[in-house]
Amino acid sequence: MSKFSLRSNILLIVAAVLLSAVPLFMSFDVPEGKELFTGSDDQAEAVIQEINPDYKPWFQSLWEPPSGEIESLLFALQAALGAGFIGYYIGRVRERQKLLGSETGKNLSLYNQ
Amino acid sequence: MHIMEGFLPATHAAAWTAASAPFVIHGVRSIQKTVKENPEAKMLLGVSGAFTFVLSALKLPSVTGSCSHPTGAGLGAILFRPTVMSALGAIVLLFQALLLAHGGITTLGANVFSMAVVGPFVAYGIYRLGQRLNLPLSLSIFLAAALGDLFTYVTTSCQLALAFPDPVSGFMGSFIKFSTIFAVTQIPLAISEGFITVVIFNTLAKYSGQELSLLNVFHKKEEVKA
Repeated sequence: MSKFSLRSNILLIVAAVLLSAVPLFMSFDVPEGKELFTGSDDQAEAVIQEINPDYKPWFQSLWEPPSGEIESLLFALQAALGAGFIGYYIGRVRERQKLLGSETGKNLSLYNQ
Repeated sequence: MHIMEGFLPATHAAAWTAASAPFVIHGVRSIQKTVKENPEAKMLLGVSGAFTFVLSALKLPSVTGSCSHPTGAGLGAILFRPTVMSALGAIVLLFQALLLAHGGITTLGANVFSMAVVGPFVAYGIYRLGQRLNLPLSLSIFLAAALGDLFTYVTTSCQLALAFPDPVSGFMGSFIKFSTIFAVTQIPLAISEGFITVVIFNTLAKYSGQELSLLNVFHKKEEVKA
């Protein structure tokens, strides 16, 4: 990877990390008995109940993770599988390019102009 | 953007399922065709699916004091076609509905419509528009991924407001309530998704440029030969 795009990639990753890290250090007015950083999906559920208190969900999940730990295990697994595959792919094409020389990379130089 | 299981009235659930189905079917056919014509694209399809898999598993804190997750649907929409992401997104959403109790079977159609139809189409449209306007490639990719992500959550807000209009202020009142939760929370996350999509696209363009060219990702011909 050319120096320029490596540097811009690092900057972009740092920016993305900061965008998520900064809210953790912000102060919020948290109403009594409410938790901070709950999921927006759950908050929407609460608003539905507020708009239409009579609404009853008419179908239940077929299976639910038995605990928060199991749920986070499955989410972590989901992320790990995805990241693992992407890492494998990039390693593979990077090695391929090394072996074939930069021939394959010639028509993609639009990033290195 | 996951509407929870049972949280859409049956008629709405059926209507969104009917609306999403053609896109998913078109996507499956399109994947079969792409793989047949261009077997090397198989791995990139995997990367697109994997990218959505990772990003939709990450629930990130936002400036509103709540958490939400990006969708990762923009990348695949740009690399392939939007409906390809409809099919891949449907698989991811089905996995989350069955194994994580996140979203649901009855709300699958609505969730597919927001994350795997509207998101990818907005992303693809913005990307093509950016290319036509001669915007720098990274800027087009950034805007495509970020706006695709944001519009997914605007769509969810619309879907919920249609199903649950406010007794006093009606659809608009409800829409404002839901979009305050979803769309506002999503703004910094959408920007993050834009950044990360540029990073992965950068990397793919560097090492898999040949595959990307075969898929006609670079619509500006004169740049390709540069």
